[in-house]
Amino acid sequence: MTARIGVVTFPGSLDDRDTQRAIRVAGAEPVSLWHKDKDLKQVDAVVLCGGFSYGDYLRAGAIARFSPVMDTVIDQAKAGLPVLGICNGFQILTEAHLLPGGMLGNDHLHFICRDQKLRVENADTSWTSDYAAGQEIHIPLKNMDGRYVADRRTLDELEAEGRVAFRYLDMNPNGSLNDIAGITNAAGNVVGLMPHPEHAVEPLIGTGRTDGLPFFTSILKKLVNA
Amino acid sequence: MARVVVDVMLKPEILDPQGQAVQRALPRLGFEGISDVRQGKRFELEVDGPVDDAALARIHDLAESFLANTVIEDFTVKVESDDVVAGAVK
Repeated sequence: MTARIGVVTFPGSLDDRDTQRAIRVAGAEPVSLWHKDKDLKQVDAVVLCGGFSYGDYLRAGAIARFSPVMDTVIDQAKAGLPVLGICNGFQILTEAHLLPGGMLGNDHLHFICRDQKLRVENADTSWTSDYAAGQEIHIPLKNMDGRYVADRRTLDELEAEGRVAFRYLDMNPNGSLNDIAGITNAAGNVVGLMPHPEHAVEPLIGTGRTDGLPFFTSILKKLVNA
Repeated sequence: MARVVVDVMLKPEILDPQGQAVQRALPRLGFEGISDVRQGKRFELEVDGPVDDAALARIHDLAESFLANTVIEDFTVKVESDDVVAGAVK
């Protein structure tokens, strides 16, 4: 038996198919979830994928956060369900207050698309255990609203508790405070990041490396060994 | 029918690159003496029925939970009568 990992499709989601593929490449079973359904089809984990849910109207992720599927995701995430938010998914997780802080437009006001070097800062979460702490990886980054902001107290707390999961290296592509690319909740089951690991799981495409695959093998191992 | 206006602004300590871009364009357009611009959002809500305390309390909740993200934004709620709106247009 393998793990079943749900991928939510909102109106405006772009990377649901790529995310399903990445889950399959890692050896798990992807399960398509629909934004209007409260039912999570008894999946073992959920990925909120990239895109522009509801056109990014109001704020990126602000309307998706109130969709029926998110009622269930929020409840179950608080009860320990592993949830990964990629890009727009990260924005939805901050809007839902499952992760602290917020996401705003890139400081240079332009869309950015590049292969981004990151450092794995926390390899103890449900989604990062197949990395080594301190490991440097290359993951494609593509976003408009990638600037992570939080008040000083929240930043200090994240740093002190080791909850910065990924940090931008060499350059800060969007003005994120403390070069933060991704964070985790205190329990380590909810992780969000701006770069797109699902685009880096096969050598043929993207960066030519498979640096994103450990996200999906990490969660698979956790669920299968559970 | 009354109009309630919700203004949403980024918290003062948060960088507003859009406002800065606007501010930097001003001297080029011949507007001198404006040292800072911050850009926000304005929501105009047309309310059916009276805007009493209960209605305002509900709009406050709406602004706090949805129209603004209070992690990064502040908001104000104010009632505008039709007269005031018409006056502002002139």
